[in-house]
Amino acid sequence: MVLLGAVGVIVRKHPVHAALSLVLTLFGVAVLFVAQEAHFLAAVQVIVYAGAIVVLFLFVIMLLGVDRVENLRTDPLTAQRPLAIITCLGLAGVLVAAIVNGNGVFNERGEGINLPDLQNGPDANTVQLAESIFSRYVVAFEVTSVLLVIAVVGTVLLTRKAKASAK
Amino acid sequence: MISLSLTPTSSWYLILSAILFAIGTFGVLVRRNPLVMFMCIELMLNAVNLSFVALARELNDINGQTIVLFVMVVAAAEVVVGLGIIVSIMRNRSAMTVDDLAELKG
Repeated sequence: MVLLGAVGVIVRKHPVHAALSLVLTLFGVAVLFVAQEAHFLAAVQVIVYAGAIVVLFLFVIMLLGVDRVENLRTDPLTAQRPLAIITCLGLAGVLVAAIVNGNGVFNERGEGINLPDLQNGPDANTVQLAESIFSRYVVAFEVTSVLLVIAVVGTVLLTRKAKASAK
Repeated sequence: MISLSLTPTSSWYLILSAILFAIGTFGVLVRRNPLVMFMCIELMLNAVNLSFVALARELNDINGQTIVLFVMVVAAAEVVVGLGIIVSIMRNRSAMTVDDLAELKG
């Protein structure tokens, strides 16, 4: 399902259809997060990605009125698409070969913080993640909040400036 | 050493994330609509998030999930800024391919 949505993103000509395929992929990744006992990250994935980012994409598509069908037949550069196919197949092949070769490597380490199991309660993963964020990575967390504020203010400035110059 | 079982181990999650990353790369290389290119960048970020969660599960380490949270926040900020730039460019001109977008210079 994840791969189906991902292929849909790059194959569908209409941008709205691509965005809806992206929703399919993001929900699939959220389900895989749940399957790996990262419940808080799955909730954040659904809320932030499928709830906010894709809605933002659709909003921009409909705001700009650019929901035209893209012509996928013509190449802008000659032989761009075969080169892209070769590059991506090589990338996937190298990554999969590395993963298969290193299959037994990461089974040997067990130190570090233990992931909570069912004995610790259903929200133990969230508690542990919060302890990790607010104790060890608290400076990075604050910097992230500053980054979000800067992004919002910068985006407002960008769009307002374009409107003022168009007048 | 090649011993992939059919039960979903973390190797299958890593392989899935590698394939997702390759699909996202292909989309960035081929598509010319900047919005769709942004969607493909989101695909690549999700592939990396998936591999982070799989490795955190495999290594019994919570830091992987912490990094995934930070990646999500930075991706949200990146999408906001990128869509702001696209909106401010596309207000003036209606050309929809990235071949025409050489006007980011001040």
